[in-house]
Amino acid sequence: MTFTGFLFQALNGLSTASGLFFIAVGLSLIFGVTRIVNIAHGSLYMLGTYIAYTFATRIGGALGFWGGIVATAILVGVIGALIEVVLLRRIYRAPELFQLLATFALVLIINDATLWLWGPEDLLGPRAPGLRGAIEVLGRQLPSYDLFLIVIGPLVLLALHFTLAGTRFGRLVRAATQDREMVGALGVNQAMLFTAVFALGAGLAGFGGALQVAREPANLATDLTAISDAFVVVVVGGMGSISGAYLAAVIIAEVKAICIGIGVVDFGFGSVNFSKLTLVAEFLVMAVVLIARPYGLLGRAQAVVRSIAEPEEPLRPATPALKALGAVVLALLLCLPLLAQSSPYLLILGIDVLIAVIFAASLHFIMGPGGMHSFGHAAYFGLGAYGAALLVKGLAVPMGLALVAAPLVALAGALLFGWFAVRLSGVYLAMLTLAFAQIVWATVFQWEELTGGSNGVIGVWPPPPFDRTSVYFLLTLALAVIAVLLLRRLLFAPFGYAMRAGRDSALRAEAIGIDVKRVHWLGFAVAGAVCGVAGGLFAFAKGSISPETIHINRSIDGLVMVLLGGIQTLSGPIVGASVFATLQDTVMRQTEYWRALLGLIILLLVLAFPQGIAGALAALWRRVKP
Amino acid sequence: MSVLEVRSLSKAFGGVRAVSEVSFAIGQGQFLAMIGPNGAGKTTCFNIINGQLAPDSGDMLLAGKNIAGLQPRAIWRLGVGRTFQVAATFGSMTVVENVQMALISHAGEIYRLWRPAASRHREAALALLEQVGMRQAADRPSRELAYGDVKRVELAIALANEPRLLLMDEPTAGMGAGERHDLIALVKRLVVERGISVLFTEHSMDVVFAFADRIIVLARGRLIADGDAAAIRDNAQVREVYFGTGKTFAGAVS
Repeated sequence: MTFTGFLFQALNGLSTASGLFFIAVGLSLIFGVTRIVNIAHGSLYMLGTYIAYTFATRIGGALGFWGGIVATAILVGVIGALIEVVLLRRIYRAPELFQLLATFALVLIINDATLWLWGPEDLLGPRAPGLRGAIEVLGRQLPSYDLFLIVIGPLVLLALHFTLAGTRFGRLVRAATQDREMVGALGVNQAMLFTAVFALGAGLAGFGGALQVAREPANLATDLTAISDAFVVVVVGGMGSISGAYLAAVIIAEVKAICIGIGVVDFGFGSVNFSKLTLVAEFLVMAVVLIARPYGLLGRAQAVVRSIAEPEEPLRPATPALKALGAVVLALLLCLPLLAQSSPYLLILGIDVLIAVIFAASLHFIMGPGGMHSFGHAAYFGLGAYGAALLVKGLAVPMGLALVAAPLVALAGALLFGWFAVRLSGVYLAMLTLAFAQIVWATVFQWEELTGGSNGVIGVWPPPPFDRTSVYFLLTLALAVIAVLLLRRLLFAPFGYAMRAGRDSALRAEAIGIDVKRVHWLGFAVAGAVCGVAGGLFAFAKGSISPETIHINRSIDGLVMVLLGGIQTLSGPIVGASVFATLQDTVMRQTEYWRALLGLIILLLVLAFPQGIAGALAALWRRVKP
Repeated sequence: MSVLEVRSLSKAFGGVRAVSEVSFAIGQGQFLAMIGPNGAGKTTCFNIINGQLAPDSGDMLLAGKNIAGLQPRAIWRLGVGRTFQVAATFGSMTVVENVQMALISHAGEIYRLWRPAASRHREAALALLEQVGMRQAADRPSRELAYGDVKRVELAIALANEPRLLLMDEPTAGMGAGERHDLIALVKRLVVERGISVLFTEHSMDVVFAFADRIIVLARGRLIADGDAAAIRDNAQVREVYFGTGKTFAGAVS
C-alpha cells in the first residue's frame, strides 16, 4: 500500500471513530455517575438507526433526514429516561452482576421489539441531502458525508467538555463521578441527576446510531456488535473519561482501518489476510492497554463502591436429606432411558439439561466461590466443542480421545485468558472476559479454512454404541456427575477455601501467604477445562458445532442459569441449569419472540428473586426448621 | 539481637515525603509502639514493613535477611504476622475456618485438592481460639461477630504461622475503652508467653504508656524520638508536635 493510500485509510478511520465515540461516551458518562454498565447501550444505538430510517423515508427530504436525526436523538433520550425511571432505579443498590444482567435483559427485549416493529430485513436509508457528493482528498474520492462525520465527533466532544466544565449540571456530573454518595449527602437530587445523565447518554447513542443511517443499513445484529466495540473503547479510554473515549475511539478505528488497508500480505511461508483480523486486532489493543494501564489510558482507579453484598453462609457438607435427594434424582435419571421408550424426545432434553448443568456448574465455580463474574464462559464451551469436533473431522480421532482433548483445549484457552482476567475485577473483569469470548467467536467465524466459518463443523456423530440416544445420555450423565462432584470436592478442599478467602478479603488472604491471583487463575483454568467437557459433549450430541452456538448469548445463558439457581448455594447451578434448559427447550421454542421472553424472565429474576430458586428454597428451609 | 532492623527507610508520594530516612530496630520480645500525629507517616511506614508498599530506598533486615520490596505473602512466610486497622476476616467462613485457613497456608497445603479443609488443623485452630478467648464462637460465621471479637479472631489468625514479629496497625481503633485495654493486655500476655516481638501503631495514649516497652515517635515522616515511656513523656520535641508548647502528657497518663 502506498503512503497516500495509508493516509486515506487513516481518514476513513477517523469517520468511523466518530460513530464509536458517540456510543462509548454515553456509556462512559452513565457508568461514571450511576456505576451501571449499560449493556443495552448498543441497543439504543441500533434503535437510533432504525428510528432515523423511519423519519428519513416517511417524511423524506432534508427535513426528514437532518430533522429526523435530531428528533431521533431526542426520542432515544426519552426512551433512556424511561428505562432509568422504570427499571434501573430499582437496582442501583443491587450487586453489580444483577445490574449487568438487567441491562442485558433490555438488550433482548429491545431486539425483539425492533424485530416486531421493523421486521427482519436490513433497511438502508437514503443518502444525506446536501452531502451526496465526494471531495478529492489525496487523489481519492472521500464522500462528503464521511468528512462531516470526521468533524462532528470532535465538535460534540468539545460541546460536552464545555458543558461539563462550565455548567451546574456538568459540575454535578463530575462530582457524582468522583463520589456519588457525597453528592447525595450534600442534598443534590440524585434521582433527577441520574435520569438526566441516562437520558443524555442514551440521546448520544441514538444520535450516533442516527448518523449511521446514510452509511450502513439498519441491522438487528448491530446491538451486540456496537456494545462490544463500545466496551473496548471505554475500557481502553478509561471509564468515565470523555476525552479518553474519543482518544480510544480514534485508536481502535485507526487500528481497524489500517488492518483493512493492509489487506493480504505474503510472508513467504504463507499469506495473512489482515482485513480479517480487525476484531482480533481491536481486542489485542484492549488487552495490551489493560495490562499496562488497568484503568484505561485516561481513566483513574475507581472509587470503591460501597455496595452491600449479600452475606454468604459458610459451606456445610451435604446433609443426609440432601444426599438422599441427590441419590433419588440420580436413580431417576438412570431410569430415564427406560421411561423414555415411549417419548424419545425426553432423552434429548435430558442430554441438553445435563450439558447445561456441567456448563453452569463450571461457571458457578469461578463466579460464586471465586467472585469472578465471567461474561465470556462460552469461549471455553466453544474451545471444547471445536477442539473435539475438529479432531474428529480433521484427524479422524476416536470420540473417547476427542472428549479427553476437549477439556485440554479449553484449559489452554482458560490459562491464557485467565492470566489477564484475574488481574482485574468487577465490571472490568466482566468486559475483558466478554472480549476474550468475542475473540474466540471471531476467530472461529473468520478462520473458514479450519473451522468452516459460519457453517461450522458438521457430521460430528458419535460412533456405536453411543449413536443410540440412550447410551449417549448415560455417557453424558456419567460425565456430568463426575464434573459436579469433582467441582464440589475442590470447593471443600483447601484450594476452594483459598479461592473464597481471596474473594472475601484479598488483603487478608495475601497477608496469610495466599497468592490470590495465582489461586484465582488456577480456579479459572479448572472452570474452563470442565466447561470444555460440556462443549465436547454438545458437539457430539448435536452432530455439529457452529459459531452461533458459542456466541455471547451462551455466556449470558450461563449467567442466568447460575443466578436462577442461586449463586450462593452449591446446588444452585444444578437447579438453575435444569430449569433454564428445560424452559429453553420447551417454552421458548414455541415463540418467535423467545429473546423478549428470556429478557422478561431475567428481569423477574433480578427484581423478585435475587437469591435464586435454590437460595430461596434454602432460606425457606431455614425458616421452617430452625 | 534485633528481630527487625529498619535502616533509612524513605517513601515519597509525588512531592510528599511520607517517610523520610526512618531507622529503628525491634529487639527480641519487645513491645514497640509507633506513635505520631495524623499524617506523620505511621501507616506508610507500616505498609512498607508488611510489604504492601515498596520503599523508595532503605533496607529492612528481618533476622539479617533484607525483606525490603518483598510481597506481603513472602514476608508472612518469613514469620511476620499482622492485623489490619479495619479488621479483615473471611466473612463466608466460620471463625475456626478462618484460623484453619491460616494454618493450612502455613503448612503449605493451599493447593491440596482432595481432603476437606474443614478437617485440617481443626484442633490447632481451636487451641488458638481458646487463647484469644473465642473458642465458644468457633463454629459461628465470622461475619456475625461483634467488632471487638473480630479483632480477637484476627489475632488468632496472625498467630497461626508462629510469627517472630507481629505487626498491628491501630489494633484498638474503633473499640471502647474497656475492650481496648482487654485486647492489648491479651496481646501483651501472648507475646510474652511466646517471645514474639510486636510493632504496633496506636492513637490511644493510655494504652501506649501502659503497655509499650519502648516508643518511637514519627512526625512529618521523620523519626523524632525513641525511648521508654518516661523519656518520651519528657521529650520536648514530642510535646511540641502533639500539643504545641507548654502542655504535657501528665493528664493522659492516669
